[in-house]
Amino acid sequence: MATLVRTIICAVVLLAGAASAEEITLPSDHPDGTLKPGPGSEVAQRSCALCHSTDYIVMQPPGDQKQWDGVVTKMIKVFGAPLSDADAKAVAEYLARQYGR
Amino acid sequence: MGFLSRRQALGALGGAAAVVAGRTLTGWAQASDPIVAGRPLVRYPQKTDLILLTSRPPQLETPMKWFDRAITPNEAFFVRYHVFPIPTRVDLTTWRLRVGGHVDRPLELSMDELKAKFAAVSVTAVNQCSGNSRGRFAPRVLGGQWGDGAMGNAEWVGCRLRDLLTAAGVRQGAVEVTFDGLDKPAFGSVPDFVKSLSLGRVLDDGNVIVAYQMNGAPLPMLNGFPARLIVPGWYATYWVKNLSDIIVVDRPFEQFWMKPAYRIPDTPCGCVEPGTAPKATVPINRMTVRSFLTSPEPGTRLAGGRQAMLKGIAFDGGYGIREVEISDDGGTTWRRAALGRDLGPYSFREWSAAWTPPRSGAAKVMVRAFNRIGESQGTEPLWNPAGYLRNVIESVEYQVS
Ligand code: HEC
Repeated sequence: MATLVRTIICAVVLLAGAASAEEITLPSDHPDGTLKPGPGSEVAQRSCALCHSTDYIVMQPPGDQKQWDGVVTKMIKVFGAPLSDADAKAVAEYLARQYGR
Repeated sequence: MGFLSRRQALGALGGAAAVVAGRTLTGWAQASDPIVAGRPLVRYPQKTDLILLTSRPPQLETPMKWFDRAITPNEAFFVRYHVFPIPTRVDLTTWRLRVGGHVDRPLELSMDELKAKFAAVSVTAVNQCSGNSRGRFAPRVLGGQWGDGAMGNAEWVGCRLRDLLTAAGVRQGAVEVTFDGLDKPAFGSVPDFVKSLSLGRVLDDGNVIVAYQMNGAPLPMLNGFPARLIVPGWYATYWVKNLSDIIVVDRPFEQFWMKPAYRIPDTPCGCVEPGTAPKATVPINRMTVRSFLTSPEPGTRLAGGRQAMLKGIAFDGGYGIREVEISDDGGTTWRRAALGRDLGPYSFREWSAAWTPPRSGAAKVMVRAFNRIGESQGTEPLWNPAGYLRNVIESVEYQVS
């Protein structure tokens, strides 16, 4: 009897808990945001998907080397993206090549 | 922040269920919209099919077909986060809204206390991303390449921010109030998304509320469950979601998301010569006047000489829409549309106009609105480097046969 009562109490608590907690599960990164293959794509994938999905990059207007240098510099200086100078150069060149005008 | 939240972020990624629909936009003529065409339609939790801008953090755009009515359903409401991870679980038994900083009596309120201790008020208001329609800027600018669907209109219910501040007792010398939510960047070097408003802005306006209800239901998680700030008339950047901390400060708050982000040129139009940089900037604020023709859908085949009913929505930054006009001759002559029910000055205002298409060929219908202080929309788009405030006159093309 005591067990039954306890079970009922537990169920009530669970129900109350369920009503007051809200939970969702997010999907993984969508394949449409995948970076184009090509020299530099691996280092770009490694360094540029840490804080956000790469659709942030893919959706941007096509741009010249100056645009992409600016983007990479902003990620490093403003948001602290951890890229070595060599990687930063490789990524910026890759982006200008694959997402250029 | 640091490592724990970073591991949580990675965990969230790894364990994620693929609920991506993998379809692209059909139906609405957005398929021919150069900005939105080809983007996948995805279905996120508590949401219907929305246009994917980014997956992580999620940015989802509302298809234009949902703007054939004044109220945007919760499931169709756009989503825009800045940092990752975002909250995916909120337990109301532990969630608290803190009101602190430069106050006499800091508060920690549960949802029950929020509802029991403070009067509930309702406001119907448009929530529009600062960068809505950024994809259409010419020359183009970096940032979220939104079409026109980073907006929505809902009836929000919650308590007045000023009632909360009064209960906490704002101290002498306070100048601003900051708002922080449960989204916390995994990388310590990424600035947390925190926004601020001047004390005057929030004390003078009883319509600035902490909303816990949206269109009669709890807020979807991705629109700010369990509570978000509502700043009617102002851009969505201030409408902080999954709200947790309201802090009164005694000096201007100038962290990244207030400065240099979300600034407009300090010029009367908020614009500069295309391609140039502004000399000075101010935080973005009140929304510009906009109007859209949403039904029939663009590209629809209409019968020449047979009357059609055109419908759409208009809104502004809180004065209310006074007039909507349409033109089918390239803007030479304008004809007044009928306005729908008035849901208050912050809401979408429905409009409709009977229109008889010419006998054959393609026809273009333009729409413009005026608010109650005479502000309207221009024939040439205004430009600024961040891609904000877009409000050029929109037009829709139909095939007439
Ligand atoms: C340390 C975190 C971090 C890393 C690593 C990072 N970014 Fe970002 N990135 C951000 C944040 C934060 C934003 C702004 C998000 C927002 O406003 O939604 C952003 C935004 C962007 C944008 C949108 C334009 C803009 O300026 O807001 C682009 C493009 C972009 N990142 C490219 C990159 C590239 C390329 C890399 C790799 C070199 C990279 N990011 C790595 C944090 C990061």
